[in-house]
Amino acid sequence: MTTDQHISEYREMEASYTLAEKTVVDGDRELLTLNIGPHHPATHGVLRLLVTLDGEILRDVKPIIGYVHTGIEKTAEQKSYWKVIPVVERMDYLSYYFNAYAFCGAVETLLELEVPRRAQYLRVIHMELNRIMSHLVWLGTSALDLGAISVWWYCFREREQLLDLFEMSSGQRMHTRYFQIGGVIEDIPDGWIEMVRRFTKVMPGRADTYGDLLNRNEIVLHRLRGVCPLSEEELLKLGVTGPLLRAAGNPWDLRKAMPYCSYEDFEFKIPVGTQGDNYDRYAVRLAEIHESCKIIDQALDALPEGPFITEDRKVSLPPRHELATSMEALIHHFKLVTEGFRVPPGEVYFPIESPRGELGCFVRSDGSSKPARVHMRDPSFVNLQATAPMVEGTLIADMIATLAMIDPVLGGVDR
Amino acid sequence: MPDATGLELLARDLGERTPGSILDTEHFRGKGAVEVAPATIVETLLALREAGFTALMSVHGVDYYPDEPRLGVHYELLDMSKLDRVTVRLRVPTGAPHVPSVTPDWPTANHQEREVYDMFGVVFDGHPDMRRILMPEDYEGHPQRRDFPIGGEPILFTHNEATGPRWFE
Repeated sequence: MTTDQHISEYREMEASYTLAEKTVVDGDRELLTLNIGPHHPATHGVLRLLVTLDGEILRDVKPIIGYVHTGIEKTAEQKSYWKVIPVVERMDYLSYYFNAYAFCGAVETLLELEVPRRAQYLRVIHMELNRIMSHLVWLGTSALDLGAISVWWYCFREREQLLDLFEMSSGQRMHTRYFQIGGVIEDIPDGWIEMVRRFTKVMPGRADTYGDLLNRNEIVLHRLRGVCPLSEEELLKLGVTGPLLRAAGNPWDLRKAMPYCSYEDFEFKIPVGTQGDNYDRYAVRLAEIHESCKIIDQALDALPEGPFITEDRKVSLPPRHELATSMEALIHHFKLVTEGFRVPPGEVYFPIESPRGELGCFVRSDGSSKPARVHMRDPSFVNLQATAPMVEGTLIADMIATLAMIDPVLGGVDR
Repeated sequence: MPDATGLELLARDLGERTPGSILDTEHFRGKGAVEVAPATIVETLLALREAGFTALMSVHGVDYYPDEPRLGVHYELLDMSKLDRVTVRLRVPTGAPHVPSVTPDWPTANHQEREVYDMFGVVFDGHPDMRRILMPEDYEGHPQRRDFPIGGEPILFTHNEATGPRWFE
């Protein structure tokens, strides 16, 4: 078989992507099918879009995904529970603390394990810092799509500070493996709290600065205000959650509605929009940065003393100093590092509010030390379905702006 | 979360509405799950929608290997006003993995059902676009099944294709 034949075979397989049904409109105007991506800076990752254009008007858009599918869910089935954490962290690479927490929370529910208060607060602090970090990357890259490069530099300046904080508390800038089943891997180092406070003191002002840069910018307003709205009902039908749903006026936030990880202890507001257009999507996320800072401050003020990980030696590693003196600790350490711990059989779905919406982790245990199934209901994957209803009938340039405001992370979409 | 009694009441209502639909109920870790006959999934979900569970948050597949029937599909439902969740699940054998699609009533299930098809080979009848979604179009097998072997994946580079066509066969 020649290469040409292979190429034609491949084209045949691709033919199942239904393109425009009508290729000619009004007799003389023709529809154009255009391929965007998978490698294109405006798609925020390896996303491919097949768009059907009538002049500059979009008639149809089909997202084609799977280019960064890495089989993480399959990989997770081959590893003992605590070794799954670093793998699932790499799904949505901008919200690694959330991925780790969703998985840990599901396993803790299966184990009926109580997490110490200090660990819960430390988790909240890290997750909210992560939320700010994720929103900063979103804001920077979205502004870049709209042609504003300065915002990108500013956002990444603050993101750097956040990554330094993560590095200080866990040793890693990204994919920190800080959350463990039963708590966090180690206590925060001296001076970390002061550094976080310094950050939460300047961050709200910085967020206002970004707002000032964009809110009265003629070009940004034209690209965002009134562009590609979608009603609350449509969004709910499509299963869209997170800032996109809140921008349409529905104050659904799992942190408030069904609190987990002691979120009920903190006072914060849920920013909502009114129009559900791109501007509201932008404004909601910008306001969430302020609210996250508030939560972090409250958690630092009320940070309880006590253990940072469960004392249950069947689940968490014994402290280093015990290994030299206690035979029991040595046995526990050996069992945990070789086989891992066993989890009672059962199925659990554990939903949390990630920066992009409901992140649910489904874990099925068959009683062994490895999960029988790990599935992430990733908000990016579900939210991406709303692209076509949002952008049909608008200009192609508005699709780029809308895609930026949907904020899909392709690592989470493909997993 | 519906308590154990609430779950039984809910299951009884569902069973009266569509006879033979409820196979089992389970209350585990504070959350209810209803196992239904695959053919009645659309009616069950519509009945639950009327009961307030308006949002379908997740559809995902499970392989219960080596138990039979092997393949499971889970539907996570959410009641946003009563702050309640319930799981609906069903099981089909690998020999005839057919489940009616809920996509016409719940557009959010579109990509998720395609993912279950891609990963487990469960065919959703009535789905508008039943194709693979994450794996390549020409991929053989359903990789999330428990008996699917790991490793030995050929990597498709154009260089390999040019020097030795079908080199991976």
